[in-house]
Amino acid sequence: MTYRVGVDIGSTAAKVVVLDGDELVFTLLEPTGYSSVDAAERIEAALVQAGFPLEECDVVATGYGRVSVPYARKAVTEITCHGRGAAFLFGPDGVVVDIGGQDTKAIVLERGRVAKFNMNDKCSAGTGKFLEIMANRMGVTQVQLEQLARRGHPTQISSMCTVFAESEVISLIGAGTPREDIAWGVIESVAAKVRPLVPSVAGARHFLTGGLCENDYLVERLSAQLDAKVETCPQARFAGAIGAALSVPLASAE
Amino acid sequence: MTTQDLPAIFEEFDESRRAGFINAMNFKETGGRLVGYLCSYTPLEVIEAAGASGVALCGMSNEPVAEAETVLPKNLCPLIKSTYGFAHADKCPYTYFADVIVGETTCDGKKKMYELLSDIKDTYVLQLPQGQGRAWAQDAWREEVRLLKEELERRYDITVTDDDLRSAAEVRNRFRRAMVELYELQANVPPAMSGVEMMTTALQSTFSFDINESIERVESLFEKRRNAYEAGERPISVDAKRILITGCPSSGVIQKVGMAVERNGGVIVCLDDCSGERTQAMMIDPQADDILGAIAERYLAIHCSVMTPNSERMDNTAAMCEKYHVDGVIDLTLTACHTFAVESELMSRKMEEIGVPYLQIETDYATADQGQIDTRIAAFIEML
Repeated sequence: MTYRVGVDIGSTAAKVVVLDGDELVFTLLEPTGYSSVDAAERIEAALVQAGFPLEECDVVATGYGRVSVPYARKAVTEITCHGRGAAFLFGPDGVVVDIGGQDTKAIVLERGRVAKFNMNDKCSAGTGKFLEIMANRMGVTQVQLEQLARRGHPTQISSMCTVFAESEVISLIGAGTPREDIAWGVIESVAAKVRPLVPSVAGARHFLTGGLCENDYLVERLSAQLDAKVETCPQARFAGAIGAALSVPLASAE
Repeated sequence: MTTQDLPAIFEEFDESRRAGFINAMNFKETGGRLVGYLCSYTPLEVIEAAGASGVALCGMSNEPVAEAETVLPKNLCPLIKSTYGFAHADKCPYTYFADVIVGETTCDGKKKMYELLSDIKDTYVLQLPQGQGRAWAQDAWREEVRLLKEELERRYDITVTDDDLRSAAEVRNRFRRAMVELYELQANVPPAMSGVEMMTTALQSTFSFDINESIERVESLFEKRRNAYEAGERPISVDAKRILITGCPSSGVIQKVGMAVERNGGVIVCLDDCSGERTQAMMIDPQADDILGAIAERYLAIHCSVMTPNSERMDNTAAMCEKYHVDGVIDLTLTACHTFAVESELMSRKMEEIGVPYLQIETDYATADQGQIDTRIAAFIEML
């Protein structure tokens, strides 16, 4: 019995899934921490504890820490993996938006394969890191940020750079702008920065993967920005890991 | 010819840079004429007919960028900043010992940088038309080429005859043919060598004082690789995805982009930047009645994004995709190169039309985004 295992070590969170055939039988989510090598070791221990010793696992790694997983048979980029994972979760055709901790990607899926993709530039604006920094600056959790934003009024945060945007938020705080409005501006800024990355594909379905998939308000604003309903599900944060597990050839898992 | 001292900073250089300076100084002291240039629009035949060596001064390293930014804006292309920074810091032997630097009005960043560069070095700027379409463009450019000839005649107190131009054209043609022959080895499936080796060879020949030496180097590499291939050697896997690199000059990112392609399952089979086949394949008839006009015509026909319109570049890239059995095209834009960045949309449409997968990447000479560049390139190759 061999399980197909996907390990996705992102800049913020490490995700692991185990597939038994095509069935998702185990998921694990934990902070990556300082070192992706340590994260890989912790994952190994967690797999063993959950009843999946490495001898029964065939592992593919992805994410920025994909080269730090010594027990993986190979590394595949997160772009390919999010594409495969989204095809598994949602269907073979559509546009995948993956908002990660430090990268945001838009991937066009055709018949389950990546047909083209865009990735944000060096700056972390429009990524999960942006929300994290802004929530910290405002002294709230990400869940609170979402709740505040829902009650806010349109407020512009226009800086393209996270550091400048942070200064902009500080100015807004200083000017006595209600927190709800600032939160509105923060979430809108992410949705607006994702938009130019997403190629317009007429009539396509849109899927959100990555760590923000349970942020309903962001999904709503992203749908508004893209002028298309964005579909997601709680498992979508594991899309990269699922795609990695699916990259293990089935033959070897027999 | 007056002797020029080594720069004050010489003692701080490492061995190879010192050797470069000594080499250039010796060349000058033995009467060598050295003309720096930056762009493939610079008519090298005129420089060579004047008995001078043309050496490319395009900055290709991040090292002097911080120094350049003390004068130039940050948001400027790394090639321009690096070129200026090397001159400003006295760190490039060719810039330092050049008798004159020949610039051109190609992009806005370069043409304004030359005004500042002229504070440091003698700089002569060719006025390049912005398009090839107007009837006067050819006449204007021929006149510019003639003025360059006059400038060098005055500077070196010589006369450059038509015969000098004709022999220079013959030698340059030989060099170009050698480069094209080398490039064409990559049309084989699998290709005959790594693209990084091909790109490095193209780059080396721009730093040589002796064009005949460059010809020999390229010809001998060609023979070595061809003979090895004919003997059955296959240094590149047949599974490697065949990549064409187009866009901005790529010499400054051979490591960052070129090696990223080749360590992630790809191989560069066609270099489609201004040092590539697109430019090298254009020859000059040494027997043309008006040799100066023939030289001018050849250079004005080059397809760079500074020209408008420039649709022949896209057509040519499409033809190269077929000739080299290309699996995917990487369009390289150096940060803040507006002309190539805007034109990438047209290249993307052309590739869509002919059904060749396309990836645009924007980067500079710093290593900060190496991880992201690697991920993008690896994902692109996985997609092919």
